[in-house]
Amino acid sequence: MDFIQILAEATRTAIGPIAAIYALAAIGLNLHFGYTGLLNFGQVGFMLVGAYGVAVTTSTYELPLLLGVLVSIGCAFVLALLLGLPTLRLRADYLAISTIAVAEVGRLIYRSTVAQDITGGVYGLQQVAGDFYAWNPFPSGSYGIDAGAFSITFSARDVWVMTVAWAVVLLASLAMYVLTHSPWGRVIKGIREDEDAVRALGKNVFAYKMQSLVLGGVFGALAGALMAINQQTVHPDAFMPQVTFYLWAMLLLGGAGRTLGPVIGAIGMWFLLTMFDGLLRDVSAMGLLPGIAGGELGALRHAVVGLALVLLIVYRPQGLIGNRKEMLVNVK
Amino acid sequence: MRKGARVRRRLVTVLLAVIAAILVIPAYAAADDQGGETLSGQIRDPETVEGIEITVSRDGDEIGTATTDSDGEWEVELPEPGTYHVVLDQESVPDEYVVAETPGAEFDEVEVRPGQDRAVIFRLALPGEEEEEESEPSPTEEGAEPGADGGPPEEAEEEAPAAPEVERGASFSTRLLQTTLSGITFGMIIAISSVGLSLIFGTTRMINFAHGDMVTFGAMMALMFSTGMVFTAVPLVVAAVLAVVLGALLGGGMERFIWRPLRHRNVALIQMFIVSIGLALVLRHLLLAYFGGTRVRYDEFQLQSMLTLGPLQITPRDASIAALSVLVLVAVAAMLQFTRIGKAMRAVADNRDLAESSGINVDRVTLYVWTLGGALCALGGVFYGLNQTVYWQMGFHLLLLMFAGVILGGLGTAYGAMVGGLVIGLVAMLSTLWFPVELQNAWALAIMIVVLLVRPQGILGRRERVG
Repeated sequence: MDFIQILAEATRTAIGPIAAIYALAAIGLNLHFGYTGLLNFGQVGFMLVGAYGVAVTTSTYELPLLLGVLVSIGCAFVLALLLGLPTLRLRADYLAISTIAVAEVGRLIYRSTVAQDITGGVYGLQQVAGDFYAWNPFPSGSYGIDAGAFSITFSARDVWVMTVAWAVVLLASLAMYVLTHSPWGRVIKGIREDEDAVRALGKNVFAYKMQSLVLGGVFGALAGALMAINQQTVHPDAFMPQVTFYLWAMLLLGGAGRTLGPVIGAIGMWFLLTMFDGLLRDVSAMGLLPGIAGGELGALRHAVVGLALVLLIVYRPQGLIGNRKEMLVNVK
Repeated sequence: MRKGARVRRRLVTVLLAVIAAILVIPAYAAADDQGGETLSGQIRDPETVEGIEITVSRDGDEIGTATTDSDGEWEVELPEPGTYHVVLDQESVPDEYVVAETPGAEFDEVEVRPGQDRAVIFRLALPGEEEEEESEPSPTEEGAEPGADGGPPEEAEEEAPAAPEVERGASFSTRLLQTTLSGITFGMIIAISSVGLSLIFGTTRMINFAHGDMVTFGAMMALMFSTGMVFTAVPLVVAAVLAVVLGALLGGGMERFIWRPLRHRNVALIQMFIVSIGLALVLRHLLLAYFGGTRVRYDEFQLQSMLTLGPLQITPRDASIAALSVLVLVAVAAMLQFTRIGKAMRAVADNRDLAESSGINVDRVTLYVWTLGGALCALGGVFYGLNQTVYWQMGFHLLLLMFAGVILGGLGTAYGAMVGGLVIGLVAMLSTLWFPVELQNAWALAIMIVVLLVRPQGILGRRERVG
């Protein structure tokens, strides 16, 4: 594979449905962390309940897809309440630990044999998209640029998913812009800067934090629902804690506390990751990486994401478009 | 000294004494039965299956039975070489599988030569024709899913620690005792690993998300030295010592070259959390890339005959782990309680600024805390690997339990981590008496969340005003 092809593949992933799904989940995380200062390390838990909300409704109970999306949002609402009630009154670090734990408990429960009748246990659920693909307005065929080596093409199915996913991302970004420029947004930014000062002004900090947690969780659940629709299958082990860490890396790459930060971060991250994968495969095919076989290349990719997180925080904590001053707030 | 602290100290001393008394079982010189004959195998097609019963008999007399553990492995020890009859109990196969037509569920004549460890292979299949459809419906965006394609296939495997191996027929009280015993062993491993986590939090206010991977590091290093992947193979005991030294160096090195510079740059705490997550990802996946994703056991101390103590059965290996853990915990507690550096550690953990103004070199104490934490992690990793298996995600899964233990006992207190770890280990194991094994970690984490609700400062923590 030559470089042009790698570049084309990277561009294709960066504008594909998966990038849009991650952008949406990262927007939720941006509301939590970038604006409210909540350390949510369990965003994947919201994606989990979102994906299963759709999957269980359409596959297990064979009900319409739109109802499934409503179920997803409802599940995220309940999860946010369950998560927030015990932890939002505590220090930030407690929230970090318990969110990661709750997301993992959720995954364990969804994959357990107890829940197998409903969630399919370790096998997950298939055929979960309901009528989604029947609504596809695009005639079948392939779309995109086809120019020799640099060719980016999508099937009609992909184009339909992409249209919906990016439209949701756009709407979510607009909603975020309006929200964060409203009085409500000023209060939650105040909470991020100094919780006690906001409390001294007579605001109910707990309620604001809870609203932020619920809203960001709903974005995460919508991302999960889109993920289920895109893959037409859900599987509990696709919701490992690593997904949350990817979201964090995207958010920080783009810039937390900016409306477009998570979107730019998700696009950039997928571009870089796919390019890195392609280059690594090439290098490995040339035999320059002794002792590392094909399966372990994926591990190196995760290691690179980790390294990127470290370097970003140390050298550019504000990300690509963030404001350095806003991101250097020290939490007591 | 405050009254609360004195009471707490007395409580801790009594607790440690009680634990020591219960657990220092006369650990017989580990008599390995490696010369004997065994029949063994692993049920892993299409994935590892737990709880399948296998019976070995000869001339109609039952020789022994075995149940597959969480890795799908089973083993029956034989009295002598000869020809045996091996049957897989079809009733014990989970509903979602059937025994494959070939080779079937029964082997008539399995010949075992003297000293041989003969493998017998049973295969499972998915019922009917569904086999094709069940195999991973391939998502359209292949290579675009971090969770799904990143690691090797083992990633999807679930890593609940093996349930205590107790025969199904045993009475409830026997099972209760047996499970309590393995719960205590497991709890001690958590306790050893999480003392460092708690002390690091106390001294630097930072949650070290890389702590679990430091555990994996210890276990993997011991594996590397004991199997001779580099240099020559050394006995596991020596390898464990080397692993502990390396773990200490890793902990100390991380503090000296990463955390201290970051603190001096005034990087905010939240940013530090994220750096530690990044480091955890790097460490975990480098270990995965170099050691592969398969579960491995240490070569030594594997085939051991059970010691029987009244109704309880324990392998000399697990008994030694428990006894050594008690020794280590008591030693750490004594160090914290009576030595100068131990007192300094507790002082810094209690109040960093006050400790600094009374002349303690806080940076140096923090370095010692990290070194101690790294060493204890590595030791916990070796014990955990001996008790279960060594694999690349072992530390991450232990990390969630360590968090639970540390929060349960009170963030920032060393003794709290010990007590909390023990409780979490017990809860995880005891839950298997009533609930499915796969949910044992979920129960342990649920306990943590309940504790956060009713007593956020933990069992031994001090109340802080928040919110």
